[in-house]
Amino acid sequence: MTYLVPLVLIGGLISAGVYLLLDRNLTRMLLGLLLAGNGVNLLILMVGGPSGNPPIRGRTSDGETITADPLAQGMILTAIVISMGIAAFVLALTYRSYRLSRAEEVANDAEDARVSKLSASALDEDQPEPDHHRDTDEPDELDALPGHEGSR
Amino acid sequence: MNGQVLAPLPVLIPTIAAAATLFAGRRPRLQRTIAVLALAAVVAVCGALLYFADRDGTIAVQVGGWGQSVSGMGPLGITLVVDRLSAMMLLVSAIVLLAVVFYAIGQGIRDGDEHQPVSIFLPTYLVLSAGVCTAFLAGDLFNLFVGFEVLLAASFVLLTIGASTERVRAGIAYVMVSMVSSLIFLIGIALIYAATGTLNMAELSVRLDGVPAGTRTALFAVLIVAFGIKAAVFPLSAWLPDSYPTAPAPVTAVFAGLLTKVGVYAIIRAHSLLFPGGAMDRIMLVAALLTMLVGIFGAIAQSDIKRLLSFTLVSHIGYMVFGISLSSALGMAGAIYYVAHHIVVQTTLFLVVGLIERQAGASTLQRLGGLAAASPLLALVFFVPALNLGGIPPFSGFIGKVALLEAGSQDGSVLAWMLVGGSVVTSLLTLYVMARVWTKAFWRPRADAPEGNLSAASPSALLNDTEDIAYADRDDVGRMPVGMLIPTGALIAVGLTLTVLAGPIFAYTERAADEVLDRGRYISAVLGEVR
Repeated sequence: MTYLVPLVLIGGLISAGVYLLLDRNLTRMLLGLLLAGNGVNLLILMVGGPSGNPPIRGRTSDGETITADPLAQGMILTAIVISMGIAAFVLALTYRSYRLSRAEEVANDAEDARVSKLSASALDEDQPEPDHHRDTDEPDELDALPGHEGSR
Repeated sequence: MNGQVLAPLPVLIPTIAAAATLFAGRRPRLQRTIAVLALAAVVAVCGALLYFADRDGTIAVQVGGWGQSVSGMGPLGITLVVDRLSAMMLLVSAIVLLAVVFYAIGQGIRDGDEHQPVSIFLPTYLVLSAGVCTAFLAGDLFNLFVGFEVLLAASFVLLTIGASTERVRAGIAYVMVSMVSSLIFLIGIALIYAATGTLNMAELSVRLDGVPAGTRTALFAVLIVAFGIKAAVFPLSAWLPDSYPTAPAPVTAVFAGLLTKVGVYAIIRAHSLLFPGGAMDRIMLVAALLTMLVGIFGAIAQSDIKRLLSFTLVSHIGYMVFGISLSSALGMAGAIYYVAHHIVVQTTLFLVVGLIERQAGASTLQRLGGLAAASPLLALVFFVPALNLGGIPPFSGFIGKVALLEAGSQDGSVLAWMLVGGSVVTSLLTLYVMARVWTKAFWRPRADAPEGNLSAASPSALLNDTEDIAYADRDDVGRMPVGMLIPTGALIAVGLTLTVLAGPIFAYTERAADEVLDRGRYISAVLGEVR
């Protein structure tokens, strides 16, 4: 029973995370990643043994004598640090995507769409097709100031 | 001097060099020198490691001396292990990394990269090298995870360098898929830790034998899904052709060569060291067949050469999974040889696409034409690795495929014969795809190409966001810079060496396969005594 509650919690966290990850909105995807990551971290903590054990060898804590597993906690720490770094990177990407296209949704791959359209009409790539110009409302420089985008 | 001293160096040298290049960010020349020297040193170290691992057997290093601290607990600290397989992977990767850094530097010098955010390119590239080497050296699962994360974090930065619209779009998908695979790997690690209480691979392979068969297979399945995403095995491969083609040529080349092969290497380790007995072999064989066929059918439909090559990359991963999941010595030897061959040839082809882009201002078949007349040298540089990938007899692709076909016919089961058939079909279709690129891009006149009059305004560089101009109005961009041509040529030479020295190299991969399949040597090298 003591195992069941955290396991249900972990399952809930991961399924919520997966649900959010399936979205196209970047912020939701990031939240999904964080939720699922925390679920996995809890799973590792669970795996490290029951709670209440002393962290120092040869001591007792509340009658418990088995030393707490430091390895599980070390692994969680590493995983937390990694997911923090990746979260920062995803946030930077989100901001960049917003600056470039005024949207934080993941767009379709243009070349992919073109190829699937070709296969639908059974054309070879020798056939020319209408040229789709990209939206040019984007900053000229990497460090363009807000409000100056595409002004040149 | 023995292997134990050298084993940590392939991780240490690039890490220190990454820090040094970061400090030297404002002095490009010093930065380049450090990067090249560091990667050359890694090549030398990996060569020495390969020699020692072949002569003395498996080398195991307990980092910081945290070895047998508690009896019966297994090593507590980080373990680095070099056996013949990892030594070979290290050496081939180091050679490819060195060649590509020369190519990238050659491209940067030609383009005058002072306007581009490239001061982070070399440090990130070195971190990527350190991550790849960590993954190949890792003797415990968590260290393997850390190696994956290091190389992934570096690859995120490299893939989105310059952060143009297209790269951000591709980068987001790549980041999300990679992180999901890392989470699945982490779940696998947690479950394995719960089942056995250790993560050291040698100790695990002893303890997992005592775990009930059903649990073992479930654990194996979790790891295979995680590694399958990284290696781009069919149902989990859709992310790859979507994200790789947008990156700059040297970045795509090194990703295509190395990152998926790290996944294949992890599959080899999980399949032979941790979970021997082939519980998942049938599923993996079916996945291998589908990977080959779906990948190559995808390649046929493409007109952008970079995307086309990304699909052939997926397709040829199927060959390696095929060899691994036969669970025989010859199959494993063939798979290991094929990994080495494919790292070199796929990297070379992506580098050649970089050259094509400079020469013709495009990488799509809709715009290319007349390249054989425009530059016979470029035609030669494309032709040799293309035939190699297609598996034409004198080249290493043929040798690897023959070994795999032989292993498949030795196995003799219906499924194995289906894979033999699938391999032959895939090989022929690869040749067809390469021939299509050849006839369209190299033989027909440019005027016949549907968009042949268009061209990118500036050469594809690290920061790549240009518009289209008429082909005739294009400035001379340095069409075949020597700094880019020489590394490409060097990699072609390495690919040919795999043919010329095929006897000794294949004998080595056979020894490596024996060692991989005989777990006792790995276990006794790490744990000290035979248990």
